[in-house]
Amino acid sequence: MAGRSEIVVRFAGEGGQGVVTAAEMLARAATGVGYHALTFATFPSQILGGPTWTQARVSRTPISSPGDAVDILVAFNDYAYQEHRPDVRDGGVILLDPAVTPDPSDSNHRCIVVPFDSLAKETGEARAANMVVMGGLSKLINMPLQFFKDFISVRFAAREGVVAANHKALDLGLSHLSDENIVADLGAPEQPDYPQSFIKGNEAVALGAMHAGIETYIGYPISPATPILIYMQKNLVGEGKVAIQASSEIESITGILGAGFAGKKAMTATSGPGFTLMQEGIGLGWMAEIPIVVVDVQRGGPATGLPTKTEQSDLLTAIYPAHGDSRMPVIAPGTVEECFYGSVMAFNWAERYQGPVMLLTEHSLAERAQNIRKPDLANVPVEERIRYTGSNGYLRYEAHEVSPFSSPGGPGSYIANGSEHDVFGDTTHLAKYHIHMTERRFGKLKLLEDGDYEAENVTASIAVMPWGGSKGSVREALDLLLAEGVDLGWYYTMYVSPLPAKMLQELKNKDLVIVPELNFQGQMALNLRSQGIKAEAITQYTGLPFGPSDLAGRIKLLLAGIGQPTGVVNV
Amino acid sequence: MSEKNPEYDFLWCPGCGDFGVRRALEFAMEDLNIKTERAMTSNVVVAGIGCSGNTVHLLEGEQPYGFHGIHGRSLPVAMGVKMSNPELNVVTVAGDGDFLSIGMEHIAPQAARNLNICAIIMDNGVYGLTKGQASPTTTHDTVTSSTPFGKVEAPVNPLELYLTLGVTYIASGYSSKPKDLANLILRGMEHPGFSIVHVASPCTTYNDTYTQLKGSAKLGISPTAWSIPADHNPADRSAAQAVIAEGGVPIGVVYQDNSRPSFDEQFVSIRANNVQKATDAQLATFDL
Repeated sequence: MAGRSEIVVRFAGEGGQGVVTAAEMLARAATGVGYHALTFATFPSQILGGPTWTQARVSRTPISSPGDAVDILVAFNDYAYQEHRPDVRDGGVILLDPAVTPDPSDSNHRCIVVPFDSLAKETGEARAANMVVMGGLSKLINMPLQFFKDFISVRFAAREGVVAANHKALDLGLSHLSDENIVADLGAPEQPDYPQSFIKGNEAVALGAMHAGIETYIGYPISPATPILIYMQKNLVGEGKVAIQASSEIESITGILGAGFAGKKAMTATSGPGFTLMQEGIGLGWMAEIPIVVVDVQRGGPATGLPTKTEQSDLLTAIYPAHGDSRMPVIAPGTVEECFYGSVMAFNWAERYQGPVMLLTEHSLAERAQNIRKPDLANVPVEERIRYTGSNGYLRYEAHEVSPFSSPGGPGSYIANGSEHDVFGDTTHLAKYHIHMTERRFGKLKLLEDGDYEAENVTASIAVMPWGGSKGSVREALDLLLAEGVDLGWYYTMYVSPLPAKMLQELKNKDLVIVPELNFQGQMALNLRSQGIKAEAITQYTGLPFGPSDLAGRIKLLLAGIGQPTGVVNV
Repeated sequence: MSEKNPEYDFLWCPGCGDFGVRRALEFAMEDLNIKTERAMTSNVVVAGIGCSGNTVHLLEGEQPYGFHGIHGRSLPVAMGVKMSNPELNVVTVAGDGDFLSIGMEHIAPQAARNLNICAIIMDNGVYGLTKGQASPTTTHDTVTSSTPFGKVEAPVNPLELYLTLGVTYIASGYSSKPKDLANLILRGMEHPGFSIVHVASPCTTYNDTYTQLKGSAKLGISPTAWSIPADHNPADRSAAQAVIAEGGVPIGVVYQDNSRPSFDEQFVSIRANNVQKATDAQLATFDL
């Protein structure tokens, strides 16, 4: 494996064994010296214990998915060894705790027992077992130990004893393994020539909201959206700013509606079950035309579902959360970087069309730590709603298009009304107003059809079009297929509803649009078909992201199945 | 039909108690505007769903901002408005069904926060707009369209509930005395914390309790409405409990606790001790 440009390392064990932080630590140390890395994490839904695993993919070049087969597995217990062994590639290495007995019949992998705990105890810091692992890894992937030591020195700068113990643990882990154990040599990293951030999806969403000028955040704890609440509680403390932990998601949504009505930029973040509780409120925001941003960090559903697994199964409910005639704007970021820009744009859209905007992320993105190009804030535009500057007697809903927004405290009082209303905002049952207001509300969506999108190999009659967090895996699958000579186009946008008008037109001209997505029904494909696009989904509902190689194979099967010309496809 | 909008076609039944509550709210806002020298547009009336909610459309004269939301959620909407702009006078209007049934879950958290708003509850003991079903304050055994064999559930005692939950201003009033009611509402608006003015506001169609409230010497009915004596000390919690234990509809301020800071005041002190980092400084904490 020497000379490889990338490596996938998985840590598996029980909650509380440091598994959760291990992948992040590896990724952080690796990116700190110029490699590219991203992590994938899946936790049990309990505070301590339970089977947990995390994974870090480290590469010399930029990467966008958790990757394929595992090169190195670090197994802290027997269950982890048995469970994850099949995912380790032939010739891969498994580092084992002494409590685990390697299977003598396993000739595909090299199993190396490393006494993590007892080596850690030698340092006087029993919690340094993780660092023993990192020391061993630095040998296996031939990454200079100094990278990790520097990382430790910075991380624990104020605690000399901790730094010394952890440095010793790194040395012990390294010296426990010999040169013949080296499985990969990533070579020297090439530090990117642009500034970078190392950040998780949820944090990027929170920062995007900050840049957009969020003033009110109201949220209720729920996995995997809680980190956004925590970030806001800690950081949204300025003059005129408020972050509140609500008593329920119903309180969250109606609370931010009050804030939006009062003229503020307001957001809440939740996941499936909480999103369901917010649906009546979202409909109220559409009806009364109040700018708000609702983040749905998707997890497996329905009901309590799979709280700590990833899934893309809230698309349809995000577009159509409310009863009655309505269709919500939805932005679904596909990368950690897009979590930032998508969040800014969600606020911009809310301000522009004066209504609720759904920001649809997912567990795998929310918990993914990755190095990204640092956003250049000065060049990320922020939009503001048109404000009313007239006198009292304003007919807020008279126009047939988006109209200036008046707020309490200033002139132009009106009634924000969830009942159908007339031009004052007073309740009405008259058909002429229901027609006027329905057309006004839907007409405003036209303001949002100018989103950016990616289009490559546009002459191909068949295209793949992922959405959301599957973007990276699908892109890598496509690259594998393109390398084989398969002729496929690529379309992608985070603006999933309404789709950019031009992109929609191009997709309508395709013979087939293949949509790999993480749900049973093929929700995006359904949505595209309803807009006149010949779309087929490739679905997966395992709670895990697509593996690029596996997906490439499934795309080939689909192409072969419909008898389309596919270049050099052998299935 | 209303003065401001001839097309508005929602009507309260003749004699509805909500007319008096609307008048009292108009008086109270006008008085407050004079005292604070603020425009009517610095008032926000957040309404629930039901006959009571239509108050927001029927206010005469200069118009405050209004928010007519969804059933049961007037309090959290009011929280969002008030916390966005603590200078505003934020009032909610809701009925016993909206506030004490579907919206019950929102009372406790606002009491815990001591949200600085005034909630006006129009209690007619029935769901009027949906044509006469039992509400949380409908008495036990009462026959309504939804309780054909008599109401099985015990009625809630709203004043006792508010006191238990820690509401810091609790007043009880009667819709037929708009001037007195306006005074209770004004005091609620001026109270620096969560205030509830609970008003007996009869439904002439489904639950006409005027005779019981006023009493009738001719029919031998003694009035259920009674004035809280002038020497009652609202700061005294046991005295408040005694008032509530008397039963009927007491009129006056039952309880007032000025010892707790309001929700927005607490944010003022949080801000005084914690400075928000600029976004580029926040972003810098993620620098590689």
